[in-house]
Amino acid sequence: MMTSAPQSFREASARLRVQGLLDAGSFTEWLGPARRITSPHLAALDAPVSFDDGVVVGQGLLEAQLVVVIAQEGLFNGGAVGEVHGAKIRGALLRAIEVRARAVLLCVDSGGVRLHEANAGLIAISEIMRALFAAQAAGIPVIALVGGTCGAFGGMGIVARLCDALLISEEGRLGLSGPEVIETVKGVEEFDSRDRALVWRITGGKIRRTLGEATLLLDDDIAAFRAAAAKEMMGSKTMGDSPRQRGLSPDALQTLEAAQRHLEARAALDPGIRDGQQVWQHMGLGEEVALMDPAEFNRCLEARER
Amino acid sequence: METLHLELPSLQDDTLSPQTLLHGVVSSGNLEVLVEPGPDAARCVFEVQTAAHGFSEVWQAVLCDFASRHPVGGLTFSIHDAGATPAVVSLRLDQAYQSLRTS
Repeated sequence: MMTSAPQSFREASARLRVQGLLDAGSFTEWLGPARRITSPHLAALDAPVSFDDGVVVGQGLLEAQLVVVIAQEGLFNGGAVGEVHGAKIRGALLRAIEVRARAVLLCVDSGGVRLHEANAGLIAISEIMRALFAAQAAGIPVIALVGGTCGAFGGMGIVARLCDALLISEEGRLGLSGPEVIETVKGVEEFDSRDRALVWRITGGKIRRTLGEATLLLDDDIAAFRAAAAKEMMGSKTMGDSPRQRGLSPDALQTLEAAQRHLEARAALDPGIRDGQQVWQHMGLGEEVALMDPAEFNRCLEARER
Repeated sequence: METLHLELPSLQDDTLSPQTLLHGVVSSGNLEVLVEPGPDAARCVFEVQTAAHGFSEVWQAVLCDFASRHPVGGLTFSIHDAGATPAVVSLRLDQAYQSLRTS
């Protein structure tokens, strides 16, 4: 098999990510840029708008299976969710049910709600959550892919954690309040958002995978994301195998109890721990953790989790 | 936002497939350009929405240069600009033209 040079997921635009994730030439976009469905709120504020309001949605094939794909553009207003942007995501999730998609690939690259759009943005996030639950209840797994420049923060951080699987690169970040927000509210003594190493030790892919919030750590390579998403999709053997769907089945109690035990173990960590490095020390992992590549890192954690 | 509308003479390249194409992203110092089939084969149309006011002469110079360097007659270029410098505008337009030729 030919192997091509890795194409950075982080550096790619939302459109390039979609192209790289799907089988070649299989993507059909819904509400594409030529439709010019732009934000009325940004226009009212005399701010620049984007032809696709910062999100690409549509359907295509992944390993010949019909999937719905949603990709936020992190460089347009920080991937923030406005009314149109949110409606496109919600609509795509609901459309996945209609077309009986095998899975939804949700490329989250967002700081959360678009502040220009205030309540409309907040409502959009809650509508996305409801649509996501509807897709899961219909047996369609939703797979979050986090590896863009913005990561997944705010409301979209919550949305990412509602997904059936969360694939993240070491460069990817996941959290609720972003570093700049924490620094603004609590002061630089609490969190120095310019300390890149600190930011990644707290919000980065490695620590999120360690804490069980991400399913798998990946190389910053679109092909790696594609392969992992395909594996997750195939792993949910049939329609109706999404964990959310299983949650309605008799083993729901076991699933809940396992989640509870995981949370209790996490709460029992030394309250003095304030940094990913301390978490790894506490787990008995040395400083070499920081230098492990994703494959080695996943193996190391899987061995411990067994 | 400032709006500019410009129609310039340009050669037509029949080998370009008539399709719409979006290139670039609206972010600080950057722009997106949507390429679509235009009304007149002998001219290209530019629709610009820019956050930087008062630069229409510079826009005109950059777009005239682009229309003379490439056969882009019969195409419309719609631009959402968030303060891209002239060099970046030229670069993005060239990239959009390249994508048009290779797709």
